[in-house]
Amino acid sequence: MATVAHPRAPLREDRRRRVPARGLLLAGALLALALLASVLIGGLESSLSDVWHAVMTPNGSVADVAIRELRWPRTVNGLVVGACLGIAGCLTQAHTRNPIADPGLLGIYAGAALAVVSGALVGGAALQAAPAQAVLAFIGALLACALVFAVGSASRHGVTTVTLVLAGAAVTALAGGLVSMIVLSNDSALDTLRFWQLGSIAVRGGMVPAMLPFLLAGLLLAAVNVPSLNALALGEETAASLGVDLRRSRTVGIAAIAVLAAVAVTLAGPIAFAGLLVPHLARWLVGLDYRWQLPSSAVLGAAVLLLADTAGRVVARPGELPVGVLLAVMGAPFFIYLARRRKLVSL
Amino acid sequence: MNHPVLSAERLSLGFEERIVVRGLDLSLERGSVTTIIGPNGCGKSTLLKGLSRLLKPGDGRVLLDGKDLRSFSQRAIAQRIAVLPQTPIAPAGLTVSELVTRGRHPRQKWYQQFSAGDEAAVAAALEATDVSALAHTVLDDLSGGQRQRAWISMALAQESDILLLDEPTTYLDLAHQVEVLELVRRLNRELGRTVVMVLHDISLAARYSDRIVAMKDGLIEAQGTPAEVVTAELLWSIFGLRAHVVPEPSEGRPHVIPLGSETAVPAGPGLSAASELPASFELPA
Repeated sequence: MATVAHPRAPLREDRRRRVPARGLLLAGALLALALLASVLIGGLESSLSDVWHAVMTPNGSVADVAIRELRWPRTVNGLVVGACLGIAGCLTQAHTRNPIADPGLLGIYAGAALAVVSGALVGGAALQAAPAQAVLAFIGALLACALVFAVGSASRHGVTTVTLVLAGAAVTALAGGLVSMIVLSNDSALDTLRFWQLGSIAVRGGMVPAMLPFLLAGLLLAAVNVPSLNALALGEETAASLGVDLRRSRTVGIAAIAVLAAVAVTLAGPIAFAGLLVPHLARWLVGLDYRWQLPSSAVLGAAVLLLADTAGRVVARPGELPVGVLLAVMGAPFFIYLARRRKLVSL
Repeated sequence: MNHPVLSAERLSLGFEERIVVRGLDLSLERGSVTTIIGPNGCGKSTLLKGLSRLLKPGDGRVLLDGKDLRSFSQRAIAQRIAVLPQTPIAPAGLTVSELVTRGRHPRQKWYQQFSAGDEAAVAAALEATDVSALAHTVLDDLSGGQRQRAWISMALAQESDILLLDEPTTYLDLAHQVEVLELVRRLNRELGRTVVMVLHDISLAARYSDRIVAMKDGLIEAQGTPAEVVTAELLWSIFGLRAHVVPEPSEGRPHVIPLGSETAVPAGPGLSAASELPASFELPA
């Protein structure tokens, strides 16, 4: 520590003083654009009047069907998945105070993958259909997260950042090992895993209504959890001295992460990168206050996922690239740019 | 005689099997500044954690206004007691005003996150700790003394009547140590906060405290006014340190001049206690 008795003269002010509301508005505008693009752009180009026609006076034309039956469910699916991943990612980083954390850290994806390949191994074709797979993924994700929480809270200090991350790593490694073992000896399980793992919002759009109650429960838990996050960012001891009930805050937070990430993995398979990237984008836009960061993560998550999905339909015409692949390809350079630009990664 | 605002009865505290504080009794008067001194590992910080229920008592109890601390919710305690931990953590890029605003947490309702009352309390806390001009400065860019003032400001924004400060002067140079302690004194005298802190510099503790609590091995060795507690005998018994204790020239509070530890006892120039100081002893101006 320098031994200057007087305050150092020039102090760096946070010049880019962020106005959180403006950032959230910007995110909202981006989402509106992404929604529009997702409805308009596909294998078949549509105009705004086509969309109007499809909404107001559908007559079963090819354009109507493409918009109503394909793109709209897919867009809604992307909206839900993106928002879930954004919130779950933001909550995970807040609770672990770890800037490179994503819901996968809590065993979500590993658990879902294990359930999906186990289904293929035991049930054969019946459990390889998309709806059955989705249900398996949902159950697997929730079970893994519950196990991580149980192991993480078994320590005498209760659930802390460290025990949680360690338990998550252990459960992820265990599930990953079991998945490897199963696919090594079973070709059909391997095929199932290969396709499931890509992550796509195209096929499971019809599952959204079934997931609605879980989505609402997850959003409610996240909303209840928000106020304690700012205090938690100052460390567990300070948070407790600011009146945060650590055990309750952790339990509610992890439950929210588990439910929301499970919804996302059910509807789209593992799209891991979104949960990592989106909270950084949100911090860049609205700053460190979680009361703004969390809703922004939801909006940005949906926007980013829809944009990546739409791009995936354009770059590989007449085929398309799964959103998970596109997101990683587009997201990685941007992430590196963000990380270099400011000290955003440190929590 | 004031009623104690915060007190401990046969309080034992520990981590897992290790008992750190062993059944001590302590009572803190409202509106006083009390400093806990003692060697490393004697349980000072642990006691501070116990007084704020950051650590639950293994045995005995802590009373806040005569009521068992266990009967309060975490939030209710936070409205009465603010704690500044020894090494506080903040996310990179956090500004002073963002930090201080977080001190409002125990006063905020879920549905009411931004209120005029919060804003006023934050402004007052920034003002009281003289960091208003730094409100939008990033915490990492502050000097050690400024950063410590910002943290104290956060604790003030809590509007609790009791402040617990764990080594608020650690890592600070002498000028900044004095600056922080002057601030603590002001908070006590002008804003009526009851202060309990842990300090290592005993002379500074004696200057800025109404009462001193000296600890050793999880127990209280002595407590009372600085003059009663800070003596050559006490320093010997709790630190194994030989020292002159002389009255400092302005207020006559005890001042410690260390001579050597247990193993190295210097043959000094004839002074071994304050009483042996020549009557004409004066410090050079």
